[in-house]
Amino acid sequence: MICTRSLTYQYPAERAIAFRDLNIDTGSQFLLLGESGSGKTTLLHLLGGLLKTQSGTIEVHGTDISKFSEAELDHFRGKHFGFIFQRNHLLAALTVEQNLLLAPYLAGIKQNHHRVEEVLLQLGIADQKRKRIQELSLGQAQRVAIARAVLNKPSVILADEPTSALDDKNCDRVSELLVSVAQQNQATLIIATHDQRIKNRICNLIQL
Amino acid sequence: MNLFTLIFSYLKSRPLNTLLNILLLALGIAMITVLLVFNNQMQAKITDNTKGIDLVVGAKGSPLQLILCNVFHIDFPTGNIKLSEADKLAKHRLVKNAIPLALGDSYQNYRIIGTTHAYAELYKVELARGELWHSDMEVTVGATVAKLVNLKLGDTFSSAHGLSVDGHAHEEHPFVVKGILKPTNSVVDNLILTNVGSIWQVHEHSETGVAVKTDSITASVLVPTVSTSDSTREITALLIKYRNPIAAIQLPRYINSQTNMQAASPSFEAARLFSILGVGIEALTGFAYVLIFISALSIFLALYNSLKERKYDLAIMRSMGASRSKLLLATQIEGVSLTLCGSMLGIALGHMVLYLFTILVSESQTSGLNAFTFYSEELYLLAGSLVLGMVCSLIPSVQAYRTDIHNVLAGNG
Repeated sequence: MICTRSLTYQYPAERAIAFRDLNIDTGSQFLLLGESGSGKTTLLHLLGGLLKTQSGTIEVHGTDISKFSEAELDHFRGKHFGFIFQRNHLLAALTVEQNLLLAPYLAGIKQNHHRVEEVLLQLGIADQKRKRIQELSLGQAQRVAIARAVLNKPSVILADEPTSALDDKNCDRVSELLVSVAQQNQATLIIATHDQRIKNRICNLIQL
Repeated sequence: MNLFTLIFSYLKSRPLNTLLNILLLALGIAMITVLLVFNNQMQAKITDNTKGIDLVVGAKGSPLQLILCNVFHIDFPTGNIKLSEADKLAKHRLVKNAIPLALGDSYQNYRIIGTTHAYAELYKVELARGELWHSDMEVTVGATVAKLVNLKLGDTFSSAHGLSVDGHAHEEHPFVVKGILKPTNSVVDNLILTNVGSIWQVHEHSETGVAVKTDSITASVLVPTVSTSDSTREITALLIKYRNPIAAIQLPRYINSQTNMQAASPSFEAARLFSILGVGIEALTGFAYVLIFISALSIFLALYNSLKERKYDLAIMRSMGASRSKLLLATQIEGVSLTLCGSMLGIALGHMVLYLFTILVSESQTSGLNAFTFYSEELYLLAGSLVLGMVCSLIPSVQAYRTDIHNVLAGNG
């Protein structure tokens, strides 16, 4: 359950963005729609604790994260959130498997190789485990990024334009996987996008 | 997955850069190690060899040559002094004891020294086999000589005049090996010891007609077998130990001004020699530090640039729960592991170079240079490289610490 109350954010020398109050049930899936510059990313980063709350409150599973310190946010993020971005942001120096294992390591959770297998299987890229990131196609890389986001079984998956960089075929594939993998892992899914192609997959909309 | 896998993967992802940085630092450190070991062993050797010798008295000439010849046995004699004059000096009230040295012959480039048992006691030699020399033409050989020339007890050999193999051979007077010494790690290892009389006997032919006066009244203090008044007898030098500190002031002045001999202090001349060599050593050390500085700069640049490329990595790692301090630590360890690898490789390289030097250069075998002696200064080198790594990665790691995850991940940074 994610609730926000009177959340606003102001960038230096810009007008403040006021967000409407949100109530998002656990396990539900939402699309965050809006023009670019409307604050989609800002809201997503606020929800995920990547950006410190200026005013208002954000409650995630009954915990008010708006008052958290930076270190507390780091810890909370690792345990409860999975992030997917427009670019996959995988670590090129590591293999697919190492990239995935980084998630539990950094979150301070036990590293489970079976879980890595399981997630890769869910995403249909089990055969890519030992490959380096440079050897993957764009679509494969984005799927690895999704695998990394769901590996720790986070309660919330926040995706920021996850399909914008992909062609139609890959977009379809990735968005379908994203939705099904979130369901399989009982995670709340919030996708910020202006990509019309995935609108028909998710019916809950938040218009900014 | 852990911090070290992560750092190792990063280093491995740019192998040439990593290798270059490690090698660059290793070269600098190796150079310092070589100089350090060389310097330390030389100084230790000089102190060892000059221990117990306050003053060397010999024929007039270069004082440095006198010391190099009669203490370190690497230069040629300055000439001879009359035994009668040396005797007079040996009886001087400021002299505690005096050891005569008669040089002039060698075997296979190893010097034969005519002296007394007091010389052996000076270096605290111990016998490995056999005994010390007792009568003429008996020798006791140093450990290195015995090993490299392969001399055994009872072996006989004839000496060559001068200090090289191609000198005129004294075949008519063979020496016999009576004893072999244990290694002392001093100059004695490279010497063949005998009595003064043997040296005279070998050279007797050039002094035909001068018979030993057996009916002498007073025997020489230094060489009791001959008379102190025998004016034909000569020795090369006298090693003197002072009776008291006043001797250090009075004796050299007395010898240099009142006799036609000269006196030189081993410690003073050795210090002078070191200050001459020191210029070269300092220049090399300076060059080594320049290398280290350049490698530090190179490591800094490598980290700084890779940190720029890695800003997304850093941000994504933060989003996965990594704390700022963990990323700071990771960057620090990356820098430190480079410098530590470099310095460990450098120290190993330095000792290997010295080892190769000792097996390839024959002079170094007799010098007793030990390539695998480690010094506490090498620990300082490791500690220093640790600090160097931390300094190099200071700015990059602060950058990593300050990564603004929101801006980077939103694509604004």
